[in-house]
Amino acid sequence: MLRFILSRLLQAIPVIFIVITATFFLVRAAPGGPFDAEKVVLPEVKRALEAQYRLDLPLHEQYFAYLGDLAQGELGPSFKYPGRSVNEILFSGLPVTAELGLYALLIALLIGVTAGVFASLKPNTRQDYIPMSLAMIGICMPSFLLGPLLVLVFGIYLEWLPISGWGAIPGDKVLPSITLGAAYAAYVARLSRAGMLEILSQDYIRTARAKGLPEWLVVVKHALRGGLIPVVAFLGPAFAGLLAGSFVVETIFQIPGLGRFYVQAAFNRDYTMILGTTVFLSSLIVLFNLVSDVAAAWLNPRLRSQISGGGK
Amino acid sequence: MSSQVSTDSQGLLDEAEQGASLWQDAWIRLRRNRMAVAGGVTLLLFIILAILTPWIAPYNYEAQDLDLGASAPSAAHWLGTDVFGRDVLTQIMYGGRVSLAVGFIATAVALLIGVTWGAVAGYVGGRVDAVMMRMVDILYALPFMIFIVLLMVVFGRNVLLLFLAIGAVEWLTMARIMRSQVQSLRQQEFVEAAISLGLSPTAIIRKHVVPNALGPIIVYTTLTIPSVMLLEAFLSFLGLGIQPPQTSWGLLISYGAETMEEYPWLLIFPGLALTTTLFSLNFLGDGLRDALDVRGSKD
Amino acid sequence: MRPCRATDRAGTHTNKLRKTGMDSVIDRQHSRFLPRTLILLLALGLLSGCGGGESNVVSGNRDGILHYGNGAEPQGLDPHVVTGVPENHLIRALFEGLAVKNPITLEPEPGVAERWEFSDEGRIITFYLNPDAKWSNGEQVTASDYVWSWNRALHPETGNLYSYMLYPVANAEAYSKGEIADFGEVGVKALDDTTLEVTLNTPTPYFIQLMDHYSTFAVHPETLLQFGKMTDRFTPWTRVGNIVSNGAFVLTDWALNRHIKMAKSDLYWDRDKVNLNGVVFYPTENVVSEERMFRVEQLHYTQVAPLDKIPVYRELADTPYVQAPYLGTYYYLVNTDRPPVDNVKVRQALSMAVDRDKLVRSVLQHTAVPAYSITPPDTLGYYPPQIFSYDPDKARALLAEAGYPNGEGWPGLEIIYNTQEAHRKIAVAIQQMWKSELNVDITIANQEWKVYLNSVSQRDFQVARRGWIGDYVDANNFLDLFITDGGNNNTGYSNPVYDDLILQKAPRAPTREERYALFTQAETMLMEQMPIIPIYTYTSKHLVHPSVEGIYPNLMDSLNLKYVTLNPDRSLPEGLR
Repeated sequence: MLRFILSRLLQAIPVIFIVITATFFLVRAAPGGPFDAEKVVLPEVKRALEAQYRLDLPLHEQYFAYLGDLAQGELGPSFKYPGRSVNEILFSGLPVTAELGLYALLIALLIGVTAGVFASLKPNTRQDYIPMSLAMIGICMPSFLLGPLLVLVFGIYLEWLPISGWGAIPGDKVLPSITLGAAYAAYVARLSRAGMLEILSQDYIRTARAKGLPEWLVVVKHALRGGLIPVVAFLGPAFAGLLAGSFVVETIFQIPGLGRFYVQAAFNRDYTMILGTTVFLSSLIVLFNLVSDVAAAWLNPRLRSQISGGGK
Repeated sequence: MSSQVSTDSQGLLDEAEQGASLWQDAWIRLRRNRMAVAGGVTLLLFIILAILTPWIAPYNYEAQDLDLGASAPSAAHWLGTDVFGRDVLTQIMYGGRVSLAVGFIATAVALLIGVTWGAVAGYVGGRVDAVMMRMVDILYALPFMIFIVLLMVVFGRNVLLLFLAIGAVEWLTMARIMRSQVQSLRQQEFVEAAISLGLSPTAIIRKHVVPNALGPIIVYTTLTIPSVMLLEAFLSFLGLGIQPPQTSWGLLISYGAETMEEYPWLLIFPGLALTTTLFSLNFLGDGLRDALDVRGSKD
Repeated sequence: MRPCRATDRAGTHTNKLRKTGMDSVIDRQHSRFLPRTLILLLALGLLSGCGGGESNVVSGNRDGILHYGNGAEPQGLDPHVVTGVPENHLIRALFEGLAVKNPITLEPEPGVAERWEFSDEGRIITFYLNPDAKWSNGEQVTASDYVWSWNRALHPETGNLYSYMLYPVANAEAYSKGEIADFGEVGVKALDDTTLEVTLNTPTPYFIQLMDHYSTFAVHPETLLQFGKMTDRFTPWTRVGNIVSNGAFVLTDWALNRHIKMAKSDLYWDRDKVNLNGVVFYPTENVVSEERMFRVEQLHYTQVAPLDKIPVYRELADTPYVQAPYLGTYYYLVNTDRPPVDNVKVRQALSMAVDRDKLVRSVLQHTAVPAYSITPPDTLGYYPPQIFSYDPDKARALLAEAGYPNGEGWPGLEIIYNTQEAHRKIAVAIQQMWKSELNVDITIANQEWKVYLNSVSQRDFQVARRGWIGDYVDANNFLDLFITDGGNNNTGYSNPVYDDLILQKAPRAPTREERYALFTQAETMLMEQMPIIPIYTYTSKHLVHPSVEGIYPNLMDSLNLKYVTLNPDRSLPEGLR
């Protein structure tokens, strides 16, 4: 098992390196630069700016200079926010977005797994349709729609919850977490229902039932483990996706997270910020995909023995 | 999507001794599932409506009546009008043409790439698996927006690009799910039996692995279609995809969301169209999954 | 505002969950996973029960704190580095220029300078600085601070996007372009601590106005040098604790993407007139969210009001909605080198086929004024000429003369705009007007912001949406856009007579009347050639809580927070929720 994880971590190095290189050249190829503005920038000013940001060097020199900085953990100054380093911005937004993502994921799992498991026990009955329909509402309600709707109902009409901010007013974390989690709840519900149905028809479940175990014990002890494999495979990219997807939620609820910077950096052609967030996000993706693969392996007994034994 | 399912079922059919009857069984089971039938009929209806729209739409979709502006549903405009005084029903009908086409075609592209990629990686395993899945990781991490903007610069504005762009992101998760399914299937007795019988890996993947991994894939596909429809709206905002006055459900919903308090009908009706499609797809998807589930049917 | 206990409890729970979350999926203890998550949700729910308490507006009115929706997170607070509207609001609260604008008349009035004198027919201006004008560290604001700061603002290595604001100063442009290296040759001298002499190239009537623009503000030299070179853009000198400023407010807190807090300055020379004890600025990017924050009394003041909400607000008795003419024009750029719009008759036909009244009435909900020329009306007493009006018959005739009778043989035309709901609405409506009035085929294409900027500057378009907001109240700021090869011209319009009027004749006109007559002459020439299709004049649109007093709507949308007071007795009108 350890060898498996180690080899995956080693594989992460070329992955991140390729991502950085590709991103570096992709963003330079995109039309429009960081200093383009509605009012034209005087050529002499543009030259001065390019000099301050090393953009006057040949592209390959810029690339190696960036790699050099990166090796020292230095992501450079932001183009859009002069006076702030990308490191600083990342570290200010990260805890917020991570917390938001975590709550959202927990909500998605709670709603999704519950609905999915219940539904799978009596497929194609009311016990199936009702929870699944509820869970699926999340997917028809993209966050740009669900967020404002929740604000309207719980924030403005009922006046139960605050409608903006993060950690400033008690309760202001509730609506954003639900908004972000809802879309994933539907996926989790659907995937866990399908996974459970698959497992519940397997021989060993029938054996367990034949042994006279109560149904809930069969489900919890035997079926859940295998039934959740597709969910776990989905969770890795989902958590990384939560970070990127939190942009909409962060904008609606005025949350000082990372998602806003991740998306706006691309709009602003904030080169260093795009690279910084991408480096960060790619590390997360590698990490979470690894975690989800490890978890899937543990849930799947045969695979586990193969990995821990064979250590490919 | 439907073509994909039938090819895979074709694989099942070739292999299974009582193949013909199995396929018939599946069809019978599907027909018995009332919800699946209802879902299928609704989808079919939507597709027919979309095809016939140019002839049956109540109004010209471009025609504006600026002084009328946004008006609530009435006898003249059953679903109301938008801020330009355009008929909402007509907008939804034309929007459906775009959304359904994008939803089905882009998802089919994603499905084809994702399932193949995931199945091969999961089945072959080892170094091939590692390389293939790390490529997936790389694509996950590239900044999507920059990628889209570049696509446009290189190829110009083109609807085909839209499918390509959507397919390019949506197949990734599909591949991961497929791979994890295949990995767990590979150790199952019937696959091992097939290997010992000396069947070629291609044949095993096609005839044994893919059909048995279909459950989660069908489910994920039915979820992907509506999210693809919404993704189209985002890409249209970036300038890729469709341009006004053309419209789609995703665009109608995002415009409607801005004015949900003032003109709720601009949100509710396009939202209903998307929701109905999603539910129909899911019921049909579940029905298909149940109908094709060979092992499940033995109970 | 302090989180109550339940938050802390929830925090601990979350931490525990974070540690055990994944394990419990993996462990056999599945049964414990769901209940734990339930507890978390419960904890989340608990938060809503506790406190809630008073709104920002209520507490703000009591403590004299204004809660201000500022539109976006500022790029920064360095007056010579940043550009933009949110930055402008913040910098003008923290700093003060030599002269400020009267909030009602917009005429200049004393700031750091208590008075100024013109000599040499207006070519030389002598500013007499107020000896009471202090930096927030207690030091006096001196004339040499201005010399140092203008050197920084103009220095070729600083990369100040607004360096051209000081180009009326003798030799400033040459210095900024690196043509002369010695700042001593630039027309700004400190005669003593409180006397600043500025020499201009030519008399510039609007120069005093520019002293209220942040690019001409002074910064505290020693503070900047403590953190780096004069021309450095990246130093942390503007951070809380480091920054030294000279305005009515001082910076007390800056939480990225959360808020910026300021408190009343004890050292500001005119502190007795400042009523507020402090201001909190919020980066309200999302217009809909901003309006909602206003409705639940989280904000006193919003940067904008959502278009579709405006009719609702207008109907309220004692409405908090405040709309005023704004110094900006919305227009379509026409590329005069691309067929079919290379033909002036086609341009005129297109412009005459736009029913601006209808557009303003319907799509824009009366939040704009139809425009038939580039300069907004009443720009310091200047009114632009109107040489055409909505006339579909004449438009069709012109199109026929141009060779496209009833749209026959029309090669097609594309409008580009940057992705934004408001631009889309205008484009869709105009597309349909052109189609139905002229029977011509029009396509629309939205582009992502930087792509759009690139298309415009590369002149890769036929018709492109454009807006221009004045930097100072003078027609020159609009008319000099269209001089030959002007950086913001982008249309290909080039007319030596026009250039001469704007660059040579108008600046030398002895009186305001004669100057305005030259402007009218130039603007008429411009509109005859129609390199732009003017559409409307902007308005500023704010929601202002009834408790806020001392906000005067004006053409520059310039709010001097110094004059704002809060009256706790007044509340939002009934029926807003």
